[in-house]
Amino acid sequence: MTIGLEHYLTVAAVLFVIGIFGIFLNRKNVIVILMSIELMLLAVNINLVAFSYYLGDLTGQVFTMFILTVAAAEAAIGLAILVCFFRNRGTIAVEDVNVMKG
Amino acid sequence: MGIADLSFWAFAITLITGGLFTVVARNPVHSVLWLILSFLSAAGLFVLIGAEFVAMLLIIVYVGAVAVLFLFVVMMLDVDFAALKAEMATYVPVAGLIGIVLLMQLGIAFGNWQFSEGIEGRLGNPTPSLDVAHNTQALGLILYDRYFLLFQLAGLILLVAMVGAIVLTLRHRVDVKRQDVVAQMMRDPKKAMELKDVKPGQGL
Repeated sequence: MTIGLEHYLTVAAVLFVIGIFGIFLNRKNVIVILMSIELMLLAVNINLVAFSYYLGDLTGQVFTMFILTVAAAEAAIGLAILVCFFRNRGTIAVEDVNVMKG
Repeated sequence: MGIADLSFWAFAITLITGGLFTVVARNPVHSVLWLILSFLSAAGLFVLIGAEFVAMLLIIVYVGAVAVLFLFVVMMLDVDFAALKAEMATYVPVAGLIGIVLLMQLGIAFGNWQFSEGIEGRLGNPTPSLDVAHNTQALGLILYDRYFLLFQLAGLILLVAMVGAIVLTLRHRVDVKRQDVVAQMMRDPKKAMELKDVKPGQGL
Protein backbone atom coordinates (compact mmCIF):
# COMPACT_ATOMS: atom_id res chain seq x y z
CA MET A 1 0.00 0.00 0.00
CA THR A 2 1.63 3.22 -1.08
CA ILE A 3 1.17 6.42 0.86
CA GLY A 4 -1.47 8.56 -0.81
CA LEU A 5 -3.37 11.75 -0.21
CA GLU A 6 -5.83 9.91 2.03
CA HIS A 7 -3.12 9.09 4.54
CA TYR A 8 -2.11 12.70 4.95
CA LEU A 9 -5.72 13.82 5.17
CA THR A 10 -6.39 11.20 7.86
CA VAL A 11 -3.42 12.35 9.92
CA ALA A 12 -4.56 15.97 9.56
CA ALA A 13 -8.14 15.09 10.52
CA VAL A 14 -7.01 13.21 13.62
CA LEU A 15 -4.75 16.10 14.61
CA PHE A 16 -7.58 18.59 14.12
CA VAL A 17 -9.90 16.52 16.30
CA ILE A 18 -7.18 16.30 18.95
CA GLY A 19 -7.03 20.10 18.90
CA ILE A 20 -10.77 20.42 19.48
CA PHE A 21 -10.60 17.68 22.12
CA GLY A 22 -7.88 19.69 23.89
CA ILE A 23 -9.99 22.84 23.92
CA PHE A 24 -12.83 21.03 25.64
CA LEU A 25 -10.53 19.11 27.94
CA ASN A 26 -8.61 22.15 29.25
CA ARG A 27 -11.48 24.55 29.63
CA LYS A 28 -9.74 26.45 32.42
CA ASN A 29 -6.22 26.66 31.12
CA VAL A 30 -5.82 29.36 28.47
CA ILE A 31 -2.26 28.38 27.64
CA VAL A 32 -3.19 24.83 26.66
CA ILE A 33 -6.20 26.19 24.73
CA LEU A 34 -3.81 28.36 22.71
CA MET A 35 -1.61 25.32 22.10
CA SER A 36 -4.67 23.37 20.90
CA ILE A 37 -5.42 26.16 18.44
CA GLU A 38 -1.85 25.88 17.17
CA LEU A 39 -2.37 22.13 16.69
CA MET A 40 -5.53 22.77 14.68
CA LEU A 41 -3.74 25.30 12.47
CA LEU A 42 -0.97 22.74 11.96
CA ALA A 43 -3.57 20.20 10.82
CA VAL A 44 -4.90 22.70 8.29
CA ASN A 45 -1.35 23.30 7.08
CA ILE A 46 -0.83 19.55 6.57
CA ASN A 47 -4.04 19.45 4.51
CA LEU A 48 -2.90 22.34 2.33
CA VAL A 49 0.57 20.95 1.72
CA ALA A 50 -0.75 17.44 0.99
CA PHE A 51 -3.24 18.74 -1.57
CA SER A 52 -0.53 20.97 -3.01
CA TYR A 53 1.74 17.97 -3.60
CA TYR A 54 -0.81 15.50 -4.94
CA LEU A 55 -2.41 18.10 -7.19
CA GLY A 56 0.90 19.46 -8.45
CA ASP A 57 -0.04 23.04 -7.56
CA LEU A 58 2.11 25.31 -5.42
CA THR A 59 -0.71 27.59 -4.26
CA GLY A 60 -1.32 25.46 -1.18
CA GLN A 61 2.22 25.94 0.06
CA VAL A 62 1.99 29.71 -0.43
CA PHE A 63 -1.14 29.82 1.67
CA THR A 64 0.51 27.60 4.27
CA MET A 65 3.02 30.40 4.75
CA PHE A 66 0.23 32.92 5.27
CA ILE A 67 -1.43 30.64 7.84
CA LEU A 68 1.94 30.35 9.56
CA THR A 69 2.14 34.17 9.72
CA VAL A 70 -1.32 34.47 11.18
CA ALA A 71 -0.62 31.69 13.69
CA ALA A 72 2.55 33.39 14.88
CA ALA A 73 0.80 36.76 15.22
CA GLU A 74 -2.10 35.14 17.05
CA ALA A 75 0.18 33.36 19.50
CA ALA A 76 2.13 36.55 20.21
CA ILE A 77 -0.98 38.65 20.82
CA GLY A 78 -2.71 35.91 22.81
CA LEU A 79 0.23 35.40 25.11
CA ALA A 80 0.68 39.18 25.53
CA ILE A 81 -2.97 39.49 26.59
CA LEU A 82 -2.43 36.55 28.94
CA VAL A 83 0.61 38.16 30.59
CA CYS A 84 -1.28 41.46 30.90
CA PHE A 85 -4.30 39.71 32.43
CA PHE A 86 -2.16 37.77 34.85
CA ARG A 87 -0.51 40.96 36.09
CA ASN A 88 -3.86 42.55 36.80
CA ARG A 89 -5.77 39.60 38.24
CA GLY A 90 -3.14 37.12 39.39
CA THR A 91 -4.86 34.19 37.66
CA ILE A 92 -5.32 32.82 34.16
CA ALA A 93 -8.42 30.68 34.75
CA VAL A 94 -10.91 31.25 31.95
CA GLU A 95 -13.90 31.42 34.28
CA ASP A 96 -12.40 34.40 36.12
CA VAL A 97 -12.51 36.45 32.92
CA ASN A 98 -15.87 37.99 33.74
CA VAL A 99 -15.13 41.62 34.51
CA MET A 100 -17.08 42.93 31.56
CA LYS A 101 -20.12 40.70 32.22
CA GLY A 102 -20.77 40.58 28.51
CA MET B 1 7.38 -1.03 2.15
CA GLY B 2 10.01 1.49 1.22
CA ILE B 3 11.92 3.87 3.42
CA ALA B 4 9.56 6.71 2.48
CA ASP B 5 6.51 4.76 3.65
CA LEU B 6 8.23 3.80 6.87
CA SER B 7 9.19 7.42 7.50
CA PHE B 8 5.61 8.49 6.85
CA TRP B 9 4.28 6.09 9.46
CA ALA B 10 6.97 7.04 11.96
CA PHE B 11 6.34 10.78 11.53
CA ALA B 12 2.55 10.35 11.51
CA ILE B 13 2.53 8.29 14.70
CA THR B 14 4.91 10.72 16.42
CA LEU B 15 2.76 13.64 15.29
CA ILE B 16 -0.47 12.15 16.66
CA THR B 17 1.20 11.06 19.90
CA GLY B 18 2.75 14.47 20.39
CA GLY B 19 -0.59 16.19 19.76
CA LEU B 20 -2.42 13.89 22.15
CA PHE B 21 0.08 14.35 24.97
CA THR B 22 0.07 18.11 24.38
CA VAL B 23 -3.54 18.28 25.43
CA VAL B 24 -3.52 15.66 28.20
CA ALA B 25 -0.19 16.40 29.90
CA ARG B 26 -0.58 17.59 33.48
CA ASN B 27 2.45 19.87 33.43
CA PRO B 28 2.20 22.69 30.85
CA VAL B 29 5.96 22.66 30.33
CA HIS B 30 5.61 19.05 29.19
CA SER B 31 2.73 20.18 26.97
CA VAL B 32 5.00 22.66 25.21
CA LEU B 33 7.71 20.03 24.75
CA TRP B 34 5.19 17.60 23.23
CA LEU B 35 3.99 20.45 20.99
CA ILE B 36 7.55 20.94 19.77
CA LEU B 37 7.74 17.20 19.00
CA SER B 38 4.56 17.43 16.92
CA PHE B 39 5.88 20.43 15.01
CA LEU B 40 9.12 18.61 14.25
CA SER B 41 7.31 15.51 12.98
CA ALA B 42 4.99 17.67 10.88
CA ALA B 43 8.10 19.22 9.36
CA GLY B 44 9.30 15.68 8.61
CA LEU B 45 6.00 14.93 6.86
CA PHE B 46 6.40 18.10 4.79
CA VAL B 47 9.89 17.08 3.72
CA LEU B 48 8.50 13.70 2.64
CA ILE B 49 6.08 15.32 0.19
CA GLY B 50 8.62 17.74 -1.21
CA ALA B 51 7.70 20.92 0.65
CA GLU B 52 11.14 21.55 2.08
CA PHE B 53 10.79 25.31 2.40
CA VAL B 54 7.57 25.11 4.38
CA ALA B 55 9.13 22.41 6.55
CA MET B 56 12.12 24.57 7.41
CA LEU B 57 9.80 27.53 7.99
CA LEU B 58 7.79 25.36 10.39
CA ILE B 59 10.90 24.53 12.37
CA ILE B 60 12.16 28.13 12.44
CA VAL B 61 8.87 29.87 13.12
CA TYR B 62 6.98 27.35 15.21
CA VAL B 63 9.73 25.59 17.12
CA GLY B 64 12.11 28.52 17.22
CA ALA B 65 9.67 31.31 18.01
CA VAL B 66 6.14 30.26 18.93
CA ALA B 67 6.96 27.24 21.09
CA VAL B 68 9.75 29.10 22.87
CA LEU B 69 7.31 31.97 23.50
CA PHE B 70 4.89 29.48 25.02
CA LEU B 71 7.64 28.00 27.15
CA PHE B 72 8.66 31.47 28.32
CA VAL B 73 5.13 32.43 29.32
CA VAL B 74 4.44 29.10 31.03
CA MET B 75 7.58 29.45 33.11
CA MET B 76 7.11 33.16 33.82
CA LEU B 77 3.54 32.99 35.10
CA ASP B 78 3.34 31.82 38.66
CA VAL B 79 0.17 29.79 38.30
CA ASP B 80 -0.95 26.72 40.20
CA PHE B 81 -1.45 24.51 37.18
CA ALA B 82 -2.38 21.50 39.28
CA ALA B 83 -5.55 23.30 40.39
CA LEU B 84 -6.37 24.16 36.79
CA LYS B 85 -5.98 20.55 35.79
CA ALA B 86 -7.87 19.11 38.74
CA GLU B 87 -11.25 19.08 37.02
CA MET B 88 -9.88 17.77 33.75
CA ALA B 89 -11.24 14.27 34.35
CA THR B 90 -14.82 15.57 34.52
CA TYR B 91 -14.56 16.98 31.00
CA VAL B 92 -13.23 13.78 29.43
CA PRO B 93 -16.67 12.27 28.54
CA VAL B 94 -17.99 15.44 26.88
CA ALA B 95 -14.73 16.16 25.09
CA GLY B 96 -14.38 12.54 23.97
CA LEU B 97 -17.96 12.49 22.65
CA ILE B 98 -17.42 15.69 20.67
CA GLY B 99 -14.13 14.34 19.35
CA ILE B 100 -15.66 11.05 18.22
CA VAL B 101 -18.62 12.79 16.56
CA LEU B 102 -16.27 15.15 14.71
CA LEU B 103 -14.01 12.29 13.67
CA MET B 104 -17.01 10.41 12.26
CA GLN B 105 -18.14 13.52 10.40
CA LEU B 106 -14.69 13.93 8.89
CA GLY B 107 -14.75 10.20 8.08
CA ILE B 108 -17.93 10.67 6.03
CA ALA B 109 -15.97 13.05 3.82
CA PHE B 110 -13.72 10.11 2.88
CA GLY B 111 -16.20 8.73 0.43
CA ASN B 112 -15.65 8.00 -3.17
CA TRP B 113 -13.94 11.08 -4.55
CA GLN B 114 -11.43 11.96 -7.22
CA PHE B 115 -9.78 14.96 -8.82
CA SER B 116 -11.97 16.35 -11.57
CA GLU B 117 -11.31 15.70 -15.23
CA GLY B 118 -8.60 17.76 -16.88
CA ILE B 119 -7.54 19.37 -13.60
CA GLU B 120 -3.94 19.51 -14.83
CA GLY B 121 -4.86 22.18 -17.34
CA ARG B 122 -6.63 24.37 -14.80
CA LEU B 123 -4.02 24.57 -12.06
CA GLY B 124 -3.29 28.06 -10.81
CA ASN B 125 0.41 27.62 -10.11
CA PRO B 126 1.61 24.24 -11.42
CA THR B 127 4.64 22.87 -9.63
CA PRO B 128 7.64 23.20 -11.97
CA SER B 129 9.76 20.10 -12.45
CA LEU B 130 12.88 19.86 -10.33
CA ASP B 131 15.23 20.65 -13.24
CA VAL B 132 13.47 23.99 -13.78
CA ALA B 133 13.23 25.21 -10.20
CA HIS B 134 13.47 23.59 -6.80
CA ASN B 135 10.82 24.08 -4.16
CA THR B 136 12.17 27.25 -2.52
CA GLN B 137 12.88 28.94 -5.85
CA ALA B 138 9.48 28.06 -7.28
CA LEU B 139 7.73 29.34 -4.15
CA GLY B 140 9.68 32.58 -4.27
CA LEU B 141 8.84 33.08 -7.93
CA ILE B 142 5.10 33.03 -7.29
CA LEU B 143 5.14 34.55 -3.78
CA TYR B 144 6.94 37.71 -4.88
CA ASP B 145 4.97 37.90 -8.12
CA ARG B 146 1.39 36.75 -8.00
CA TYR B 147 0.91 37.04 -4.26
CA PHE B 148 2.95 40.16 -3.65
CA LEU B 149 0.06 42.11 -2.12
CA LEU B 150 -0.79 39.24 0.22
CA PHE B 151 2.88 38.98 1.13
CA GLN B 152 3.01 42.67 2.10
CA LEU B 153 -0.24 42.33 4.04
CA ALA B 154 1.23 39.37 5.95
CA GLY B 155 4.12 41.62 6.90
CA LEU B 156 1.63 44.24 8.05
CA ILE B 157 -0.11 41.65 10.22
CA LEU B 158 3.19 40.82 11.85
CA LEU B 159 3.94 44.50 12.41
CA VAL B 160 0.54 45.07 14.04
CA ALA B 161 1.03 41.97 16.20
CA MET B 162 4.45 43.16 17.28
CA VAL B 163 3.22 46.66 18.16
CA GLY B 164 0.20 45.19 19.96
CA ALA B 165 2.26 42.77 22.01
CA ILE B 166 4.70 45.49 23.02
CA VAL B 167 1.94 47.93 23.97
CA LEU B 168 0.15 45.25 25.98
CA THR B 169 3.14 44.12 27.99
CA LEU B 170 5.21 47.30 28.36
CA ARG B 171 4.86 48.98 31.72
CA HIS B 172 6.84 51.54 33.63
CA ARG B 173 7.36 50.40 37.17
CA VAL B 174 7.55 53.20 39.70
CA ASP B 175 9.38 51.19 42.33
CA VAL B 176 12.46 50.64 40.18
CA LYS B 177 15.30 53.19 40.28
CA ARG B 178 16.45 54.22 36.84
CA GLN B 179 19.42 56.14 35.57
CA ASP B 180 18.58 59.76 34.71
CA VAL B 181 21.29 60.69 32.21
CA VAL B 182 20.32 64.36 31.87
CA ALA B 183 20.31 64.89 35.62
CA GLN B 184 23.74 63.27 35.81
CA MET B 185 25.23 65.46 33.11
CA MET B 186 23.71 68.72 34.41
CA ARG B 187 25.11 68.11 37.88
CA ASP B 188 26.97 71.15 39.22
CA PRO B 189 30.27 70.34 41.01
CA LYS B 190 29.88 73.38 43.25
CA LYS B 191 26.62 72.07 44.67
CA ALA B 192 27.71 68.46 44.68
CA MET B 193 29.78 68.67 47.84
CA GLU B 194 29.18 70.56 51.02
CA LEU B 195 32.14 71.40 53.27
CA LYS B 196 31.53 71.63 56.97
CA ASP B 197 33.95 73.02 59.45
CA VAL B 198 34.08 70.56 62.32
CA LYS B 199 35.32 72.02 65.54
CA PRO B 200 37.78 69.87 67.51
CA GLY B 201 36.27 67.99 70.39
CA GLN B 202 32.71 68.34 69.09
CA GLY B 203 30.62 66.48 66.64
CA LEU B 204 28.56 67.97 63.89
